[in-house]
Amino acid sequence: MSQQFIDCGDGTYKMRTCAWSPPGDHPVGCGMYLKVKDGRIVGVEGDPEHPISQGRLCTRCLSLPEYVYSDKRVTTPLRRAREDRGFDKWEPITWDEAMDLIEENVRRIQKDYGNEAVAVFQGTGRAATLYAPATAYAALQTPNAGSTLAGESCYGPRCGVANFILGAGYPELDYAAFFPDRYDDSRYVVPEYIVLWGKDPLFSNPDGFFGHALIDLMKRGSKFITVDPRLTWIGARAAYHLQLRPGTDAALGLGLLNIIIQEDLYDHDFVEKWCFGFDDLAARAAEYPVERVAEITWVQSEAILAAARTIATAKPVSFMWGLAIDACTNGVQAGHCFLALAAITGNLDVPGGVTLAAPASFMGKWRYDCSLQVPPDIWSKQIINPDHKAYVTRQHSHPDSMLDAMETGEPYGFKMAWFIGTNPLPNMAVQPRRWQAAFEKLEFNVVSDVVMTPTAMAFCDVFLPVSTFAEQNGIVLPHFGRNTHFLGAMNKTIEMGCKSDLEIAMMIGKRLNPSAWPWETVEEFFTDQIKDSLGITFDELSDVSTVQTPFEYRKYEKGLLRNDGYPGFNTPTGCVELKSSIYPDWDEDALPYFIEPPFSPYSRPELKDDFPLVLTTGGRQMTYFHSEGRHVPSLRHIIPEPLMSINPADAPKYGIEEGNWVCIESPFGQAVQKAKITNEVPEGVVHAVHGWWFPEEEGEAPHLFGTYKANINNLIPHHVVGKMGWGAPYKSMICRIRRVNGMEDWDPTYPAEEYPIDPSYSHDQLALKRQAAERVAKEA
Amino acid sequence: MQKALIIDYKYCTGCHVCEVACRNEHGFALGQCGIKVPDARPEKTGDHWSWNYVPVPTDLCDFCDARAAQGQDAACVHHCLAKCMEIVEVEDVSARLAALGKTAVCFVP
Repeated sequence: MSQQFIDCGDGTYKMRTCAWSPPGDHPVGCGMYLKVKDGRIVGVEGDPEHPISQGRLCTRCLSLPEYVYSDKRVTTPLRRAREDRGFDKWEPITWDEAMDLIEENVRRIQKDYGNEAVAVFQGTGRAATLYAPATAYAALQTPNAGSTLAGESCYGPRCGVANFILGAGYPELDYAAFFPDRYDDSRYVVPEYIVLWGKDPLFSNPDGFFGHALIDLMKRGSKFITVDPRLTWIGARAAYHLQLRPGTDAALGLGLLNIIIQEDLYDHDFVEKWCFGFDDLAARAAEYPVERVAEITWVQSEAILAAARTIATAKPVSFMWGLAIDACTNGVQAGHCFLALAAITGNLDVPGGVTLAAPASFMGKWRYDCSLQVPPDIWSKQIINPDHKAYVTRQHSHPDSMLDAMETGEPYGFKMAWFIGTNPLPNMAVQPRRWQAAFEKLEFNVVSDVVMTPTAMAFCDVFLPVSTFAEQNGIVLPHFGRNTHFLGAMNKTIEMGCKSDLEIAMMIGKRLNPSAWPWETVEEFFTDQIKDSLGITFDELSDVSTVQTPFEYRKYEKGLLRNDGYPGFNTPTGCVELKSSIYPDWDEDALPYFIEPPFSPYSRPELKDDFPLVLTTGGRQMTYFHSEGRHVPSLRHIIPEPLMSINPADAPKYGIEEGNWVCIESPFGQAVQKAKITNEVPEGVVHAVHGWWFPEEEGEAPHLFGTYKANINNLIPHHVVGKMGWGAPYKSMICRIRRVNGMEDWDPTYPAEEYPIDPSYSHDQLALKRQAAERVAKEA
Repeated sequence: MQKALIIDYKYCTGCHVCEVACRNEHGFALGQCGIKVPDARPEKTGDHWSWNYVPVPTDLCDFCDARAAQGQDAACVHHCLAKCMEIVEVEDVSARLAALGKTAVCFVP
């Protein structure tokens, strides 16, 4: 058993901890020892006894000391006069002075404009995803908490679809994470195949999944089927790599379902006992014969047929779905197909299949209680576009609708924004200059972050320095509590004068709404969160570092998925809803369907000559977490520049050679990145990375650390999302490319004219087009 | 006893962890390292893709003798995300390579 604290005897000691954030990452909770000398971290070593990471660490934790002691780090609260926004005219203040400023402004704005005029924006992955909404609801008592991510295209859509279709938390690959003896546990079965759909876990470590567990399983015999517009490292080793055209996932899903149903390869017993709407799904899928699917997706029929047959006949098969499902206007339907595939092949909650979560999530009650701190008459003012009826099931404000509200003042604009662990200008926000202009109009802006970012420099008035995980006590909660295989302790190892997002929430909460913040310390808070479920205190968790949570397979047979204790799934029909019983209430089709991406060679044939290439974006880079890490020398040395990928057959057509700078343009904007000529992308498709800014460059406006010149989100349109409000075309756009001299050729005046999105453009309109086309096809 | 570094490179994902772990352990300057992961890209070989990263030790590799003296794995071996590296005695190399099968490599830096 490893120890929490080891005295090395030479004036140094080692503290064991689990990682969450910052530095950013999803809550994977990798285990390590931090070696300390004279109050400074001098070494990082993986903890071999950690049940999941087992001593391994990625480059981001290995370079932690560079991150902690970077000269880019801000370690004292800062303020700046409003007229100095954009200038590097910050002055240090104390934490009390910072809290005084925030309290004074919040109270003034609440009194003059109402609580709802204060908005909280969060990023992704960091622990702030738990504490930013709590800050909004329980401290500021505003209903407006959300992000700048168009269509909330990260995790939320998948969680929503899982909730609607399965009545379960986040479904995850079974990699024996719940068992102390892991893959050797007698209850466990190694998946024969793993389907990776729009996901590259080796470098994204998504949502709490330790990506290289896939290599553990590969060594134990698992084979792979990958669905990805890019050829990933695993895709190159997959039994079947279905390299589909970006944004056509739902068509492929329907095609796979159709083959499995037509060839009678599905699990009859599971379908009869536990599924609702099978015949209707079969009829819908029959509209997608393999030849049609091949034509839509650009994947060969033979590969689709072979993959479908393998998925249906191998046992067990596990399935992982990625962010590509979220970042797609048709993603709700693609996700529906994905879950239906796992269900009708009998792979839900079986050993080596897809694990389902029990209904109660860790810290779920506290999060729900926080939302009750917003009075109902104020909650009803939360910014959600009424066209997105399903969105009321979410706790957050709708991102695109928040920009609409700020730009138009309808139904009201905000007066204050607080950015908690988010840097929207280089990352997340689409058409980000529109967001910058909107935020510049607000009266008072606060940012909580680790380094001076373009977002902070552009329009914030107060900067609160956030501690890294090495400087805080906390709990890492894989899957944000929604399918949590273990809880890990973050143990405070050093002190830098910074505070965690939870500490900041408690400080402001105690001033503005003290009854919701009764805890004196974060340790008391965490004990309160875990003592009922785990029966231990925070200190006791620290002593053992990690606690794996108990797990049962086939919970639907045992009454463990429903709150009423009956067998079945926690849906209105008690079954897996192959046909949704609730979507029609939200004016959405009860069955999955395919609809062209809003900007594709087929949906916008009039643009095909000008924008002949398909653009996909956001593939993960092993060194960076979204916009974070470009200032860390070890990481920047590995990937120094933003790289766009282009197929060897395409590059010569545009006179592009390896390492040339390339301007990528859509009707909405442009970005400049360096060419990497590679078979990772097929002919006709280019890929561009996201999140780049240049901490070493001029920070003052308008340059803002070069936040716009390589920013691929310049190319993605605002508020073009799915019917339910989810999914934006981050990964399925159209573009043109040309060689330029460098990033300085980025043209801030492009496009000369705003591309007119048809004002009547809506998902409904495209749905009508789809139905008309299908009628024509049927008549033919 | 002469030691050898074996890399079962069919599992190497090109994550660069070995480089950073090595530099941290030895305090090397940026750009200097006891092992390097060359760039690799997918190429079609017949009807399948070939995309192999093969980390190569440099003259700076000392097998982490200081760690070995304390019973610890070399920094690269310890942190390798794919767990595809090991240090063995030279006389055991043949047996280990035979056990690992295809796509493994041995270095005696």
